[in-house]
Amino acid sequence: MSLQRILRVAVHGLALAAPFLAVAGGPARAQDEPRVIAITAKRFEFSPNQITLSKGETVKLRIQSEDVTHGLFVRPLGIDAEIAPGRVTELTVTPQAAGTYRAICDHFCGAGHGGMKMTIVVEGPPASAGPGR
Amino acid sequence: MKKNLDRRRFLKIAGTSMGVGALYTVWPSLGRSAEAAELARRLGATTGERPTPFTFAQLSDAHVGFDGPIGTRALEKAVATINSLSRRPDLVLFTGDLTHDTENAGEHAARMNLFKEIAGRLQVAKVYHVPGEHDAGLDGGELFRSVFGPTSYSFDHRGVHFIALDNVSRARPEVGEEQRAWLARDLARFHQTTPIVVFTHRPLFDLRPDWEWFTSDGDEVMNHLAPYENVTVLYGHIHREDHHTIGHSRHFAARSLIFAFPDPEKVDEKKAVPFDKDRPFANLGLRIIDRTPGQATPADTVRVQDVELAMNELSGTEGFNQILKPATF
Repeated sequence: MSLQRILRVAVHGLALAAPFLAVAGGPARAQDEPRVIAITAKRFEFSPNQITLSKGETVKLRIQSEDVTHGLFVRPLGIDAEIAPGRVTELTVTPQAAGTYRAICDHFCGAGHGGMKMTIVVEGPPASAGPGR
Repeated sequence: MKKNLDRRRFLKIAGTSMGVGALYTVWPSLGRSAEAAELARRLGATTGERPTPFTFAQLSDAHVGFDGPIGTRALEKAVATINSLSRRPDLVLFTGDLTHDTENAGEHAARMNLFKEIAGRLQVAKVYHVPGEHDAGLDGGELFRSVFGPTSYSFDHRGVHFIALDNVSRARPEVGEEQRAWLARDLARFHQTTPIVVFTHRPLFDLRPDWEWFTSDGDEVMNHLAPYENVTVLYGHIHREDHHTIGHSRHFAARSLIFAFPDPEKVDEKKAVPFDKDRPFANLGLRIIDRTPGQATPADTVRVQDVELAMNELSGTEGFNQILKPATF
C-alpha cells in the first residue's frame, strides 16, 4: 500500500538548545533561511490552531509541548511527529499541493484528545483532488 | 495434491453484524474429496487441530464509565443475547475500549472491574480481549495487563490461528517494531492456506486518518500477513460497521456498545450520532445472521437467527436491510 507523500517532511526530533522562536512575520531572513512557525501543544489544543503556508515554500515548524507527550499528524502532508515535553521538535516541510488539511494529535493525551487538532492551509493553485485528510 | 481445489475457499468465515457486535461462523467447505481431506490433514498438522465448524462473536467499544445515556445497558444486552443463542459461540473476542479513560487510576480500575464482571456473565468457553486507547493510552496498558494479561498473543482454535495485536498501548496508533517482529515469528510455522484471524482495536489501514482511524505501521503488519490466503482482520474503534478487502485480507469493524459515529464519507467532522431517547439503541441495535455449513450457495446459507435487541427496543424493523448484507461477501 503506497502512501502519497505530497510534502517532504524532515522530522529532526532534536532536543534543541535554542530558545523557542516565533519567527513568522519577524525580521528579514537570510535568502536560504526558511520561515519558522512556532507551535505550542497542550491538552487539548494547538496554538495557533491554524497556520497558513504557501505551496512550494519550505518552512520549519518548531513545536513544543507544555504538558504531556502529544503528536502532530497529517497523513496527506507526510507529517508524523511525536512532541515530547521538555524539548523542541522541529519539522521542515515543503508543501507541494494547495488545500486545507486537518492536523491531529495522534498521541492519546486524555479526555479531550479526540478534539485536539489544528488546520493547515496551503495557499496556491488548488490541487485537482478534494480537500486533504 | 490435485489443483482443482480452490484453497482460498477452503475455509470461510462469514461475518454477521449484530449491531452490538458481530457473529462469525467458521466452517471448512471440505466436501468429501480426497484432496480436501488431505488439505485438512495438512492444516491439522500445522495448527494441531483440523478445521471444524464453529461460531464466535466479536464485541467492541463498551466504554464502561463513559458519561452517556446508554451506560452499560448495551453491553449487558449483548452478553444476554449471546447467552440466549441456540448455537452458542465457542469464543467471544472484545476488540478494545472496554472502558472509558480517566486519570483517576482507582476509578479506571473500578471501571475495568465492572466490565470484567459484566463480561464474566458470558456463558462461552473462552473470552479474549485486546485493549483500546481508552483502556491503555494513558498508562501504557498497565491496568489492562494486570486484569487480562498480555495485550498481544496468539492461540489456535479448531484449525484457525487467532492473533491479538495491540495498536494502542504505545499511546499512538502503532503496533511497533517489537510486536511486528513477534508477529513474523508467530506466523512462520504456518502454511499459507492456514486460516488466520487477527483481532485488534484500530483499523490496520488508512480508513480516515484525520479522524485517527488508522495504524501508522499497518502497512508493515499487513506485509507480514500478505503471503497468507485466508486472513480476516477484526477491529473496533470506529463505532460503526465497515467492510474492506485488501489483497487476500478482509477487514471488518464491529459497531460499538455505547454510541455510533457517522459515515466518514458523508460528514467532515467526527461527532457521535446524537442520542435519541425514543430510540435508545438506534445504531447499536442487535442483528444476527448465522450461516449453516454445507449449503450450496451463499443465499441458501443465510439464516436470520434473531433480532432481539432491535425488535425489543425499537419495536420496528430497523436494520433489516443490513441483515442481508453478509450474503454478498
